[in-house]
Amino acid sequence: MPENLFKLNAKEYILPGTRACQGCGLSLGYRYALKALRENTIVTLPACCLCVLHGIYPSTPVMIPCLNNSFASTAASAAGIVAGLQALNKTDTTVMAVAGDGGTFDMGIQALSGAAERGTDFIYLCYDNEGYMNTGTQRSSATPMGAVTTTTPILTKQQHKKDFIKIMDAHDLPYLATVSPSYPIDLYEKFVKAKKIKGTRYIHMYVPCPPGWGFATKDTIKTGKLAVETGVVVLFEIENGKFRFTGRSKTLAERGNRLPVINYLEKQGRFRKMNIEQLNQQQAWVDGKWQEYIRRAEA
Amino acid sequence: MSNVQIITGNQAAALAAKLCSVEVVAAYPITPQSQLSEILSSYVESGELKAEYVRVEGEHSALTVCISASTVGARVFTATSANGLLYMHEQLHWAAGSRLPIVMCCVNRGVGAPWTIFNDQQDSLAQRDTGWIQLYCRNNQEIIDTVIQAYRIAESVYCPVMVCYDGFVLSHTMMPVDIPDAAGVRAFLPPYQPHTILSPDDPRNLNPVLFPGQRRDSEGVLRDGYMDMRYKLQAALEKASETIRAVNAAFAEAFGRDHGGMLWEYRTDDADLILAGMGSIASEATVAADRLREEGIKAGVVGIRSYRPFPKADVRNAFRNAKGIAIFEKSISYGYEGGLCSDLKAAFYGTAIKAPIHNYIAGLGGRDVKARELAAAAKNSLAGFEKGMVEPQTTWLNTTTG
Repeated sequence: MPENLFKLNAKEYILPGTRACQGCGLSLGYRYALKALRENTIVTLPACCLCVLHGIYPSTPVMIPCLNNSFASTAASAAGIVAGLQALNKTDTTVMAVAGDGGTFDMGIQALSGAAERGTDFIYLCYDNEGYMNTGTQRSSATPMGAVTTTTPILTKQQHKKDFIKIMDAHDLPYLATVSPSYPIDLYEKFVKAKKIKGTRYIHMYVPCPPGWGFATKDTIKTGKLAVETGVVVLFEIENGKFRFTGRSKTLAERGNRLPVINYLEKQGRFRKMNIEQLNQQQAWVDGKWQEYIRRAEA
Repeated sequence: MSNVQIITGNQAAALAAKLCSVEVVAAYPITPQSQLSEILSSYVESGELKAEYVRVEGEHSALTVCISASTVGARVFTATSANGLLYMHEQLHWAAGSRLPIVMCCVNRGVGAPWTIFNDQQDSLAQRDTGWIQLYCRNNQEIIDTVIQAYRIAESVYCPVMVCYDGFVLSHTMMPVDIPDAAGVRAFLPPYQPHTILSPDDPRNLNPVLFPGQRRDSEGVLRDGYMDMRYKLQAALEKASETIRAVNAAFAEAFGRDHGGMLWEYRTDDADLILAGMGSIASEATVAADRLREEGIKAGVVGIRSYRPFPKADVRNAFRNAKGIAIFEKSISYGYEGGLCSDLKAAFYGTAIKAPIHNYIAGLGGRDVKARELAAAAKNSLAGFEKGMVEPQTTWLNTTTG
């Protein structure tokens, strides 16, 4: 394990001047993901925030080849790249599909489930900013209960976040992991590991979104950390069915000293309309998920 | 030496894909295409065809797999029908916009709702404006030969080609087909040379967001905006007419079979009455024309082979001496008339072709339409034309329209 950031691959695959928003959690996480995967990688992605980060023709700040495809097609696009490379005997290239929560939890789920069931040899990275952020902060099935979005502007979102990781886990993947750009070494290591594994690898990256969540652009790392400290986000990996807490979540699981979720929620404008009942439900939901993970780790 | 086998249209299409050494196949079964995806599966599993077969979970993904595999440099094949084709619609635009030489068979079937599994051409006609070349086949020989030609056309002009043939009427009907020999096909069809390869050796961001106007790249070179790229697609489709004719001629030279380039004609030399259509209904119209001739009516047939690009110059020539035209279509542009009828009339505009035109909608959802019924319909048209009817209302053949 690299003891600090300076021990990671020093090469940059994203040049300065991306079109991502200031303080974008995705741009931080994606940078480390590419460092871990290195040059021999092909990325495919739908219309999403990452498509914006990749720039406007004819220039791009990203030094990794990328195929843009339509919204519902991300995983199928990766499957086509994999099949094409296989047919041409170019099998040493890592293929990574990247989509947001909208392109994964919602419109992309069919293609992803199909590709995962077929055991397609690729990494699927879902960057979860908990809403349709590229189109202006509309509700997605990944938006947490109580959040104001532009399509839940008055009453806030009434349902809990879809437990998408459970859906992916049900595909019996060789590798599944959660990461946060607030913990770049944990993130980097998981991508290094995923690169070496054959078959469908699913990585779920929680990416704080300053304009969508309503916090200052300087607080992205802090917000990501608070998500982990409160157990809203749990860092773990599941390798061939074996669950393991990692990083800060491992420590929290051992010590049982999670912070209450209000410490995380109160810092974000999107939860400004949350009532006490929703807050209690949110805490109970996080506690319930946390217990599921603890049981899984003990099994 | 000929190798004639009695096979279905689906078998002909599968054999063609194998002869073209496709490298990636992605398909989702749908009636009446299913047999085609099954045969290709067995070719790949048995090793007869060295290709990756991606058994996708739906048609949207089938075409997506073809798009991405073609982008990395593989020759790809897919096939579908009806609602499967409609489900691909978004990706039809994506394939054409990416200028990828994908070849797809559309085994024509009526679309729901309500459900029908039987044949008409509403599925492919509804995809007219997606930027694909559309070629229609009249028999199983033409299916195998057209798929082979389609790869050469697609890979010359970098546009996708849809090879359309009627469900059940051709897909499930056995006919004698002369199978081209593998070496001959290899000589006819050079290996696929992609225009751009998605590769770590030369990192590019393909199909990114564009501004409306042109923009300079980092080296100061002015690059296309969205509209310039759209114009290039249109220019390629227009130029494709020439390629389709040339490929047909080269095929005739190599294999001894000429299916017409953009269209084919039957007994039109001295014809007063011309019946027109696409696919098997046009083939059936040739039998109707023979019947009419037996009755002393000088009838002929024009079969449109390439619907897009539309054979404007070719139809102006083929119909130049027509005194009356009956157009039989297995699709309808709801609220107007058959799409082929509109296109033919537009092609005749401003020319000396002033023949009266009668549009028939026939055979939707597999409604039977016999050669004698086509002959009777054409005779009715002629009687009307003789009474001075210039453009009778569109007639729905064999339909209760009260």
